[in-house]
Amino acid sequence: MLLAGGEGRRLELLTKNLAKPAVYFGGKYRIIDFPLSNCTNSGIDTVGVLTQYQPLILNTYIGIGSAWSLDRKHGGVAVLPPFQAQNGGDWYKGTADAIYQNINFIEQYDPKYVLILSGDHIYKMNYAKMLKYHKQKEADVTISVIEVPWEEASRFGILNTTDDLRIHTFDEKPANPKSNLASMGIYIFNWDLLKSYLIADAQNPYSSHDFGKNVLPALLHADKRLYAYQFQGYWKDVGTVDSLWEANMDLLEDEPKFTLNDYRWRMYSVNPDQPPQYISQTATVNRALINEGCLVHGIVDHSVLFYGVHVGEGSSVKDSVIMPNVKIGKNVVIEKAIIGENTIIEDGVVIRPQQGQEKKITLIGENSYITLEEDTVHAQAY
Amino acid sequence: MEIMGVINLDNEQDFLNELTYFRCGAAVPFGGRYRLIDFVISNMTNAGMIDIAVFARKKYRSLMDHLGKGKAWDLDTKYGGLFILPPDWNDPTDISKGDLQHFHNNLDYFYRGKAEYVLVSGSQHICNIDYQKVYEHHLRTSADVTLIYKKVEMLEPEHKQCQKLETTAEGRVLNITNEEYNNNVYMNMYLVSKKLLLQLVEHGIAHGATHFFNDCIKRELANLSVQAFEYQGVHSVINSVPSYYKNNLQLLDPEFYRKLFFGEQTILTKVKNEPPAKYLQGSNVSNSLVGNGCVIEGTVENSILFRGVVVKKGAVVKNAIIMQRCEIKENTILENVILDKDVTLTEGKRLIGNEHLPFVIPKQKVI
Repeated sequence: MLLAGGEGRRLELLTKNLAKPAVYFGGKYRIIDFPLSNCTNSGIDTVGVLTQYQPLILNTYIGIGSAWSLDRKHGGVAVLPPFQAQNGGDWYKGTADAIYQNINFIEQYDPKYVLILSGDHIYKMNYAKMLKYHKQKEADVTISVIEVPWEEASRFGILNTTDDLRIHTFDEKPANPKSNLASMGIYIFNWDLLKSYLIADAQNPYSSHDFGKNVLPALLHADKRLYAYQFQGYWKDVGTVDSLWEANMDLLEDEPKFTLNDYRWRMYSVNPDQPPQYISQTATVNRALINEGCLVHGIVDHSVLFYGVHVGEGSSVKDSVIMPNVKIGKNVVIEKAIIGENTIIEDGVVIRPQQGQEKKITLIGENSYITLEEDTVHAQAY
Repeated sequence: MEIMGVINLDNEQDFLNELTYFRCGAAVPFGGRYRLIDFVISNMTNAGMIDIAVFARKKYRSLMDHLGKGKAWDLDTKYGGLFILPPDWNDPTDISKGDLQHFHNNLDYFYRGKAEYVLVSGSQHICNIDYQKVYEHHLRTSADVTLIYKKVEMLEPEHKQCQKLETTAEGRVLNITNEEYNNNVYMNMYLVSKKLLLQLVEHGIAHGATHFFNDCIKRELANLSVQAFEYQGVHSVINSVPSYYKNNLQLLDPEFYRKLFFGEQTILTKVKNEPPAKYLQGSNVSNSLVGNGCVIEGTVENSILFRGVVVKKGAVVKNAIIMQRCEIKENTILENVILDKDVTLTEGKRLIGNEHLPFVIPKQKVI
């Protein structure tokens, strides 16, 4: 069950018209491609995607799941928005409530285990291995964790465990962390147990119906067997403009910590079907990821270009992420920016951080038209 | 839809030496991510055609793998589809010969399709054409058969093997010849009503015809109203290694590229799940087409890299066509070459072909 209803407010303009899991990443993908591809590669063939905030693009994108081979006779992918039933209906009031409202969906498949995922992280993970661990430990719940630097631990949900990784306490963003094992928001539950806890949680008027805040503490309180599963590898929350930009830049290393060129663990996505990219005589391309349909006549350095991007002669794009079908004119300078899809940037425009604010990333929303006229760059929808 | 398609590969020779050792011409990779047959199929589906048959004769394994059920062109429907028809037929009374065998033994395809017109095409003429316009022209001129041709600006060696049209000022075809200096190049595409097509096939078989177009249309020019439709877009003919090489590299002309790929219609192909191309520190790429999944650290100039090609540090690739998943190791120099799929060039090699007749390395070789 993939929780994809989040608004992603910290992504600002990028989530104006779409849900966070539908945000573009890595020159070709949307964030949701990563958990969905992980499911496919882990042999999971039944996935429910819970949507709520701005679901249009996400719904169309997921379709019947063909891109991830999830168009199956039995199971496959199902998009699950909130719905009305005879006794009424409501929005999803929290992560646990979203699953609670879809108990009937899950029951159709009579599963023994349910995997709960979120749609805002970039990582590759074999959930089958985690399930094996869950069975080995005879756990009731297994939570995937990653070691984070101690100084950052207070930004995460921290799990305190015994030596054999059984969880005894859970601290949400602790001021003085006792452990550096952070929850990745990936849970495996024994379904019968989860079901009974969801039903109980739904009846509690004081609950905020959240896994981290309510359901997991209740399970701990009842002394259930909660285990931490230690994940090794790249895992990045891309919930803010800064972290989204950083994660994109991570891909540009010569030996990246996270590689997309992995034939044993492919990342699937809906393909735009564009002709091969053309790098012209006047172009200089270094440390870049460039997708199909791009036409590059200028300089691209340390940047990610999605499909259909044009970079005119004399222009330079540096430390930036350019989303699909952005047309960049001639003699344009773009530095440290994220440019939303279908934006047009006229000849001569300069987009770079202001002096003294070198760390700040300029964000330009989709469908903007940027002209030279304005002193300062601002996005205007057309 | 009024038209159904036939892609007739029966009369196409394996003209590309090493590239057609193990595959038919229609399945040869082209333009960084396509195969030659993609152009004609895309043109057909872009015109709304929902039934397309491929008359395959030999070496069609890689073609079948590429086409599948036609999903890439939305042909995997319940109401039509892509029909690959290899020569497996067992009618003991069959007396048909040549490509008429294909028509005769697949009459069901024609009977089942709802369309009343049939567009027959080969795979060697690369273009971005709107067949709806051909259809309108066909109706307007009350033609029996409409032949599609391109008036080429300059006759090139590859046009020598093509048939040429001689027409009246109004566009009626008077003669089809191999006249060297006629620049009305026939594109191996014609539109005909299904009814007439089947009549001509039956008549041809009864009279021992072996080549449907030559025996049943060309010979009947006096008895049929055969009209010519001039295609005015970008065009190349691929019928030899030099023409294959030259016309691939022609895609590096931005104008040609734009007209072929960003014309009114999109050329589609089988989807591969490759990540975006990656350019490493120190890569030096200019005037080249690069497919997804490539990882480039070396120098690439005037070349076409298909999907998943790796060019290591210090390697130089010039005027080359490098197909899927080739690996060019450190400090290897390639000039005027064509590498078929999965070729590996180990470190420090040097391969330099002639600028008109490139070196061709067959599939899966390690050098």
